[in-house]
Amino acid sequence: MKEFLEIFVESLGTLTLNRMRTGLATLGIVIGIGSVIALISLGQASQQVIQNQIQALGANLLTVQPGSQSSGAVRGAAGGATTLTNEDATAIQTDPTITTISDVSPEVEKRVQATAGRNNSNIQVTGATSAYASVHKITISSGTFITDLNNNGMQKVIVLGPTVVSNLFPDGSDPVGQSVRINNISFRIIGVTVSKGGTGFANQDNIAYIPLQTAQKQVFGQTYLSSIALEAKSADQMVTAENQVGYLLLARHKLSDPTQADFTIFSQSDILSTATAATGTFTTLLSGIAAISLLVGGIGIMNIMLVTVTERTREIGLRKALGAKKKTIISQFLTESIILTFAGGLIGIIVGIIFSYAYSYFTSSLFVISYTAVLLAFVVSAGIGVLFGWYPASRAANLEPIEALRYE
Amino acid sequence: MPTPIIQVSHLKKIYQTGTLETVAVDNISFNIKQGEFVAIMGPSGSGKSTLMHILGALDKPTSGSYVLDDKNVEKLTDDQLADIRNRKIGFIFQAFNLLPRTSALKNVMLPMRYAGIPMEERIKTATKYLEMVGLGDRMDHTSNQLSGGQQQRVAIARALTMNPALLLADEPTGNIATTQAAEVMKIFQTINNQGHTIVMITHEPDIASYAKRIINIRDGKIISDKTNGHQIKIKTK
Repeated sequence: MKEFLEIFVESLGTLTLNRMRTGLATLGIVIGIGSVIALISLGQASQQVIQNQIQALGANLLTVQPGSQSSGAVRGAAGGATTLTNEDATAIQTDPTITTISDVSPEVEKRVQATAGRNNSNIQVTGATSAYASVHKITISSGTFITDLNNNGMQKVIVLGPTVVSNLFPDGSDPVGQSVRINNISFRIIGVTVSKGGTGFANQDNIAYIPLQTAQKQVFGQTYLSSIALEAKSADQMVTAENQVGYLLLARHKLSDPTQADFTIFSQSDILSTATAATGTFTTLLSGIAAISLLVGGIGIMNIMLVTVTERTREIGLRKALGAKKKTIISQFLTESIILTFAGGLIGIIVGIIFSYAYSYFTSSLFVISYTAVLLAFVVSAGIGVLFGWYPASRAANLEPIEALRYE
Repeated sequence: MPTPIIQVSHLKKIYQTGTLETVAVDNISFNIKQGEFVAIMGPSGSGKSTLMHILGALDKPTSGSYVLDDKNVEKLTDDQLADIRNRKIGFIFQAFNLLPRTSALKNVMLPMRYAGIPMEERIKTATKYLEMVGLGDRMDHTSNQLSGGQQQRVAIARALTMNPALLLADEPTGNIATTQAAEVMKIFQTINNQGHTIVMITHEPDIASYAKRIINIRDGKIISDKTNGHQIKIKTK
């Protein structure tokens, strides 16, 4: 231990003699470890964000969509079929074989142009029943959501998402009580929803809700449904629920072979695991790139150590002449390279954390630090010191003392 | 009669460069007793450096035997040789070979570190020998702050710390001013009087004349080996 401490202090002294070189050699490791930490953190943060968004769509959620319709050899797009009906939704709600579903929300949706005064916007209009709000965890910030009364009376009322409100009422006035025109039909605004987040095509705020009956009979002119959203009574009944609903619909659609089903049931966990897998792959890819920079950093250390050994050939010869054994020389040079990579690793971890913090601060996303990544970075940086320090160190140890002493 | 410190018999060193064989040391035999001060002389290329490397356990002979202080050296492993160099041999080089940017004290302590001697004892011993060579007031100076003669005295102190059986000096005055060379030779005679065995390689007859015995080498062979009848003795106070 005392001997190790002595070698450590001596190595530290040698390294501080050539600060510039020591700094540059360390920089490679700093960048390598720093990018590993930062990229793993970014990956995990975005994974967390996506998970949160999917969770926000509603837990215990099952979605039934019509399958693609085949006519001869031509297979249409999934969801394009007209096989899901209001009666299917009612059956799921009332059939005695269904014991695990607490709420059923039949839905139709289409993109339309909505106008209010001189403003207009392309939005998604969803025909919904009162069940929609509870199944999809919709919260109302002012007014009310669609009620059964609105639906049964085929009233022309509408609930707007916050993005629709800001697009159609940019002056900031309260839209509740005002009206919006869709397909030349005027709808009275009865409520505004709270933001659910999401961007681009996944924007869950650029939506307006109208009663299902109104949508089917007066706006879209169709009898079939775009989807049926179901809420299971609990998360561990999801599989049972999926089976119960599946068999009921097969029976109703007079299909005996489940592979011929004209509908598809997605569960939230399917979507979640797909998204998690996708972002996981992304994280792995980024970490792989970071690992390459770590490798380059390691080679940099080896390069510097080889130069150091060549430069100090005479010193090594002298030490051997005075009685230094091979293992003494090896441990001296290994200690130097480990100090280099360890210091680099430590600074790299700090830099990585600062970067991920800055990223989360400026993009107001989550700040996640993976402790496993930090621990791994620590071990890896020390490992690189041993791995890439070994060759130069053993080269030093195997120098012939006379050759080394003669070296100019 | 005590057994000799060094017993060299039929020592041969052949260098092979391609198909060309160079015989650097050709069948040399001699003994050196405890307390001797021997100068090995010869022109460059005579094989004296090769002989010194073998005597210093830095190189192995092609054939023949070398016994240092009752230990057969020619068959040892690298680490065993390192141990022999550490405990039995004190080296003094022409180019001093001190660690750069390191204090005189630390330089002198280095062999004791490789022997695993505790720190307090290292400092005590190193201080004692530095005072002996007259550098008690410069122990904290780094090697580049010292003159050539002073650096060589640090090297002598370093060579003495392990109380070796043999002090091996390779052209010890080759890199220092003449006035300082006499000073170094004076120290050699002092430590020789204390009982240390010294083998010194040199090509300068002036320096060789400080020794008690002079061995002349040419073409890898001993051409003369006699007691120095005209030894220059420096009075030691």
